[in-house]
Amino acid sequence: MNPVARTVLQRLGLGLVTLFIVSIIIFSAIAMLPGDFARAMLGQSATPETVAAFQREIGIDRPPVERYFVWVGQMLHGDFGSSFASRTGYRRTVAEIIAPRLYNTMFLASMTALIAVPLALGLGILAALYRNGWFDRLVNAVTLTTISFPEFFVAYMLAYLVISRDTFIGSEFAQSLPHWLALSLNWILNAVPKFPTLSNVNDQTPFWEHVWRVALPAITLTLVIVAHMMRMTRAAIINMLASPYIDMARLKGMSPMAIVLRHALPNAWAPIVTVVAFNLAYLVVGVVVVEVVFVYPGIGQLMVDAVKSRDVPVVQACALIFAATYILLNLTADVISIATNPRLLHPR
Amino acid sequence: MKGSGPASREKGKDLLQIRNLHVEGFSDERWHPIVRGVDLALKRGEVLGLIGESGAGKSTIGLAAMGYAKPGCRITRGSILFDGIDLLALSETGRRRLRGSRIAYVAQSAAASFNPAHRLLDQTVETVVAHGIASREKANRSAVDLYRRLQLPDPETIGFRYPHQVAGGQLQRAMTAMAMACRPDLIVFDEPTTALDVTTQVEVLASIRNIVEEFNTAAIYVTHDLAVVAQMADRIMVLRHGLTVEEAETRQMLASPSQEYTKTLWAVRKLAKPEVPADEYLLTIDNVTAAYARTVKVLQNVSIKVPRGRTVAVVGESGSGKSTLARVVTGLLPPLSGSISFAGQALSKALKTRPKEILRRIQMIYQMPDNALNPRQTVEEVIARPLEFYLGLKGAQRDRRIGELMHMVEMSETYLDRLPAELSGGQKQRVCIARALAADPELIICDEITSALDQIVQEEILKLLMRLQRELGMSYIFITHDIAIVRAIADEIVVMHQGKVVEQGLKSEILTPPHAPYTERLLSSVPEMDPDWLTRLLASRRM
Repeated sequence: MNPVARTVLQRLGLGLVTLFIVSIIIFSAIAMLPGDFARAMLGQSATPETVAAFQREIGIDRPPVERYFVWVGQMLHGDFGSSFASRTGYRRTVAEIIAPRLYNTMFLASMTALIAVPLALGLGILAALYRNGWFDRLVNAVTLTTISFPEFFVAYMLAYLVISRDTFIGSEFAQSLPHWLALSLNWILNAVPKFPTLSNVNDQTPFWEHVWRVALPAITLTLVIVAHMMRMTRAAIINMLASPYIDMARLKGMSPMAIVLRHALPNAWAPIVTVVAFNLAYLVVGVVVVEVVFVYPGIGQLMVDAVKSRDVPVVQACALIFAATYILLNLTADVISIATNPRLLHPR
Repeated sequence: MKGSGPASREKGKDLLQIRNLHVEGFSDERWHPIVRGVDLALKRGEVLGLIGESGAGKSTIGLAAMGYAKPGCRITRGSILFDGIDLLALSETGRRRLRGSRIAYVAQSAAASFNPAHRLLDQTVETVVAHGIASREKANRSAVDLYRRLQLPDPETIGFRYPHQVAGGQLQRAMTAMAMACRPDLIVFDEPTTALDVTTQVEVLASIRNIVEEFNTAAIYVTHDLAVVAQMADRIMVLRHGLTVEEAETRQMLASPSQEYTKTLWAVRKLAKPEVPADEYLLTIDNVTAAYARTVKVLQNVSIKVPRGRTVAVVGESGSGKSTLARVVTGLLPPLSGSISFAGQALSKALKTRPKEILRRIQMIYQMPDNALNPRQTVEEVIARPLEFYLGLKGAQRDRRIGELMHMVEMSETYLDRLPAELSGGQKQRVCIARALAADPELIICDEITSALDQIVQEEILKLLMRLQRELGMSYIFITHDIAIVRAIADEIVVMHQGKVVEQGLKSEILTPPHAPYTERLLSSVPEMDPDWLTRLLASRRM
């Protein structure tokens, strides 16, 4: 069998096994959480009978092992169960709660990825090409600065920048500055597009409107993840530049650009894609803070809310989606590493 | 091509002139001289051999002829005139335009110098296309023609393979094709056959020589192997410590070297030890078959006897199973079948099941002392370890023994607190020998232990090993691909080929005709000092 196909199948199988183990961990972790949904819902004054009846209704009176297998069995049939917020005659399935949120999260993640990954690769390649020059230093300094700030800080600064566009010229600070300086700063601020500082969207929002509304969170996340990917691209390429075949390319009279693009980059993909996959996974599972700042209805907020209200089926489904994201992205990274390595792709 | 009309290609016109070249390298926080004022002149179509020990600056001069200094090196003084162009006055872009198109380079390790990500053909024609000399289709056709002239198998299709799919000798020829792609005026060959087996080396040497003659290309041939340079070069230049020792036509240089240093280079290969027949056998390997991963058989029904107090040289090309044999004897690779007995007792197959006493009696010395020594341990710690582990020596007793061992390997005790990085290659190998001796072994397996060393250092190490054997009476299994070393030290010889023993016997029996066919091929492939050797050999093989 083709070695790539074989590896993909093998990794996919391992991924499923991992997912299975993760599901056990998630289930037991949540089962061990203190507190009880029924009590949380019904309040302190509920009688034990009411609590027991309610527990029976949502099925948490059964032993944990049985509940686990019911849960897994339903999932294998594509049923993620009902939210604890369901009532008789008003069933809210986990799927219908999660679906729009997941769409929003994927929307933001894809948009950020489309900006951040090419930007990081481009900057990394240029930094490697002009290594130790002023460009390299500048790019490193800027990306390290943005990664060093907490993301909520970056988010608020960006929002502040957009708001300042209208408020700056009338502010006390602007009046304390020399007139010409205040004017030019105002001119620069006016060049900033008037991005919405609240990213409230719903399922009726048109596509381009959606893009426009998530501009600020996307820029925030880009600033947060670009440094890591860019520095890995730079390091991986520079690492390759010490190889004998790079010396050979130089002695063949190749230009520095051709050496980096044709001779170093094709051999540097493996470490780069691993880091890219790691950062893309972060875009799906780690963006709750940015969602909160911009009031964006993503899956991160949903999970936090579900934990607060002890809506166990939703929490479990979110955790499982996060795990699957990691596994899938890492699998993709592995496959790309293999596909770019002729030793594995074309065995002797 | 520019400036390459028949008139300017004519043999005998000056092509390259290097005057008073100085190159420095940066290490230990300062600049050290590598080349200290070398003059060199090369005519069109002429081949100049640069020879010397490592560190003599020969590769650096070869690269300087391209106006290139390795990263961490700089050309500080002198002039390099290539076909009337001053390379040092030229801009970097200008030099880049010459490299690959008019001056090409063939590196020592083709396996490392081909980019693993691209097919051979793409790499071969890259310069032609990049320098705008011909269209891609034309360049591809021309590359296939070059592959054919260099006698590569399947010239039509070999270019579509990736470097890892092609054997070392073929890769080296493909690299020569790559250098020839633009029909350069000058090629710098930097030890192109050093990493190859002798049998492969012959074919590569012949291919290179043919094509250089055919296109009347001038060449600088860098090597440390005198016999090789004698086949390839019209003129030889001997270098030492970045200075020219002497320079002469090849025949004249071989017949009557004028400098003392050159004579020592010539003398190295004359070491020869009289053989002593066996009287008692220490190690008997009986019908051993071994494999990696249970499927790839690397040793098949191998039987070898090692006499006590003697040296058995195991020779063969890479892939013949020599090193696997060492792994089987040491227990690192338990054999699938067969038996090994040591000093009259059966040796258990796996390392784990062998008692410490047996481990002590069989020691090993490796090819790369850099990898075999812990870089964080001082010489004293390295040697003390087996003394404590095997013999339980402590305190003053241990220190006295360390002193004795250092004396045995002819090193001063002032080296004891040094780290491996602070020693030369030869000194590191001496430390490895001392470590092996510390266990007071009866058998030492030496796996290509001199192949990473210069010839002069090689000779010192070999003499040391022979003296130690006379004094201490242990046996050596000496794994090597170098026939000169076999002549120098062996009592008995085992010839291996593709995992099987071809021949085994006393040195005189194996080295005097009639030989087994493979032995004949192996022995006849060893280059000789005679400049006509390659021509004669090729003629005799064609018959």
